[in-house]
Amino acid sequence: MTIRIAVRLEDFDPGAEIAALEAGAPGAIATFCGNVRGEGGLVALELEHFPQMTETTLAAIAETATDRWALSAATVIHRYGRLDPGNHIVFVGTTSAHRKAAIEAMHYIIDRLKTDAPFWKREIFADGRGAWVEARGEDATARQRWG
Amino acid sequence: MQLLYFAWVREKIGKDGEQVEPPDSVVTIADLVDWLVARGSGYADALADKAALRAARDQRFVPLDTAIGDAREIAIFPPVTGG
Repeated sequence: MTIRIAVRLEDFDPGAEIAALEAGAPGAIATFCGNVRGEGGLVALELEHFPQMTETTLAAIAETATDRWALSAATVIHRYGRLDPGNHIVFVGTTSAHRKAAIEAMHYIIDRLKTDAPFWKREIFADGRGAWVEARGEDATARQRWG
Repeated sequence: MQLLYFAWVREKIGKDGEQVEPPDSVVTIADLVDWLVARGSGYADALADKAALRAARDQRFVPLDTAIGDAREIAIFPPVTGG
């Protein structure tokens, strides 16, 4: 079982991360990529985070996923800092022998990190205005679905 | 004890953290928040609505009614919005 966690400013390459997961020759690989949406005149997204706690939280979420599903590997990468529309924010990848475990575990990890990982988003608009994104009830509901 | 503030809590208070020595009457994190609110201005603006706040005690999420005990660090912040 290999867990890879990274919290960083720098961009990541989903293709390279998938290639790394494929190196274990798993039967199934499931991935999620979250990117910055550029709607509503957004010019940038700033992500603040609680250093150290982000890594430990993501690692704990990944470890819970490996306890619950038969995974061979799990990768969670989350960026912070100032991002542009279209930029990568988060990557979740899981591998297993069969698709059900890989897909469910990947879904679990992204739903959990939406409510449990200490990052905060602030939207910056063309007129210079900034607004903190508010947590969504839908994310709390999605989190509860997993028990 | 070290306090850490994040996001708009940090912005409204005007600092990202500070060392505090609250009195013995401050037992829970909610008590700590009330004690800080009494400082007025940015603290009151940031912390008056506890329903809008979350906390971590030594980097573990806890409800606001949790006892501070011998915690080294308390962080106060809005609900998270990562991912």
